[in-house]
Amino acid sequence: MAVLSTIKVEIGPIEFYLAEQGIFNFPYIWHFNTFIISLLKIFFAVIIVAMVGNEYSYRTLKQNLIDGLSKKEFILSKAYTILAFVLLSTLLVFIISLILGSLYSDYTELLIIFSDLEYLIAFAVKLFGFFSFCLFLSILIKRSAFSLGFLGLWQVFEGICFGLMKWKLSDIIPQLSAEQVFQFFPLNAMSNLIKEPFTRLSAVQNIAQELGDGLTKDYSVSVLGIIIVLFWSFLFIWGSYIILKKSDL
Amino acid sequence: MEKTLLKIENLSKSYGNFKAVDKLSITIKKGNVYGLLGPNGSGKSTALGMVLNVVNPSEGSFEWYEGKLSTHEALKKIGAIIERPNFYPYMTAIQNLKLICQIKKCSYDNIAAKLELVGLWNRKNSRFSTYSLGMKQRLAIAAALVNSPELLILDEPTNGLDPQGIEQIRKLITLIASMGTTIILASHLLDEVEKVCNKVIVLKNGVKFYEGPTDQITQTHGYFEIGATDSKKLKSYLESIPEVKQLKWTDTFYHVSLNDSLSEEKLSQLLANETIFVTHFIKKQPSLEQEFLTLTQ
Repeated sequence: MAVLSTIKVEIGPIEFYLAEQGIFNFPYIWHFNTFIISLLKIFFAVIIVAMVGNEYSYRTLKQNLIDGLSKKEFILSKAYTILAFVLLSTLLVFIISLILGSLYSDYTELLIIFSDLEYLIAFAVKLFGFFSFCLFLSILIKRSAFSLGFLGLWQVFEGICFGLMKWKLSDIIPQLSAEQVFQFFPLNAMSNLIKEPFTRLSAVQNIAQELGDGLTKDYSVSVLGIIIVLFWSFLFIWGSYIILKKSDL
Repeated sequence: MEKTLLKIENLSKSYGNFKAVDKLSITIKKGNVYGLLGPNGSGKSTALGMVLNVVNPSEGSFEWYEGKLSTHEALKKIGAIIERPNFYPYMTAIQNLKLICQIKKCSYDNIAAKLELVGLWNRKNSRFSTYSLGMKQRLAIAAALVNSPELLILDEPTNGLDPQGIEQIRKLITLIASMGTTIILASHLLDEVEKVCNKVIVLKNGVKFYEGPTDQITQTHGYFEIGATDSKKLKSYLESIPEVKQLKWTDTFYHVSLNDSLSEEKLSQLLANETIFVTHFIKKQPSLEQEFLTLTQ
């Protein structure tokens, strides 16, 4: 995350014209930064998967259980670690955005600065959901490399599902659209929380309007989305516990 | 009445059709040193794994401290090492032991003393990954002792060690046993079990095969090894002695097992009366190892 902040600061001056386009304007910066920085969540995911994978390969999980740790305590300790990662990342993205914004933003009124903060909540929930999924996969698969591979495969699987539903679903159940079902898929639900911010930029909007294709898209954070992701997170952590409880080490 | 630490009732574990442990019932009482014997694959480690919360039993039950404590609470009060030492390789001995203290909710006060006891104090700040196998094994023992446990479970503590390492661990176990700690020792080194343990439990194919005091298992009338130049005459005479149970020719002498007591003096006198002059004459008590082999055959 320290590296991340330097990258961000470097990007600032280099793509200065972008800043003038308003990417660092409050409150848009909350949307933009949470979206960009959440792409880097994979680094934390690697740490989580490796952390759990090591517990298996070093057999320290077995030893810890023998020493009197309960399986519930083990899962909770991992969940707390995830929560700590989430809070740390959220705090960092808040500070980075605040600094970048105060350097480059055209608007500096307090009310504007601290509006649209729901993107930070969405960021935290998104990361928590994603890390819970990683925890679940690493408990399920036990080996770090395979868990990460499976994560990639799952992304592809969701994509294929969406494609299939888009193609056939309306024929089978006309009342349902593919998007309506797809929003409940875990990875898609997470990525839906913060929608891509690029088409929201005024420059892009202008181009689109000139082309006669006005973009009207809802960029806000949906409460249903947050509930879906929190539900998945709970399911993943609970599922990890159940798997661990049933497995022989 | 000795306090019951662990009571296992009809505990079974099957992997598919294979029964690793079959209706095992054992009661572990305070103050004893138990030897858990059995050939490879007889279910010792599986049985220990079940009471140690890492293997889920298929059937049956066990309770720690007469059911007063849940399994993981009870495990905080005991010490156990299994097959091979497992620690975080990137952490030092001290850091690993502190972590175990946190899990077991005991104070750090014991760490120094236990590291001294196993002779690792001067390597206390080295990372676990730099340790030799013997040192890792000794660190595991220190870790198991760090909470001053009432019960110590040792599963093959000398596995893969060199003779010096085995000797060190053996001395340690004897020392710990002499301090009054209850021990369950699963081991293939039967002379070790014979020296340290006062009770023996033998498992075979997942079933409890024998349970009793160690001295009882070896308490027989002993046997003779007798050889003579005229072995035919020796054989025919030995067969006429009522105390002799069985004769077995082994290259240079007869292995003579007895079904009643017969002293060396008496037998040599009898042989002398028959003018049989022996070239080889020894009376022996069977070791636990021999008895174990006979039992599990």
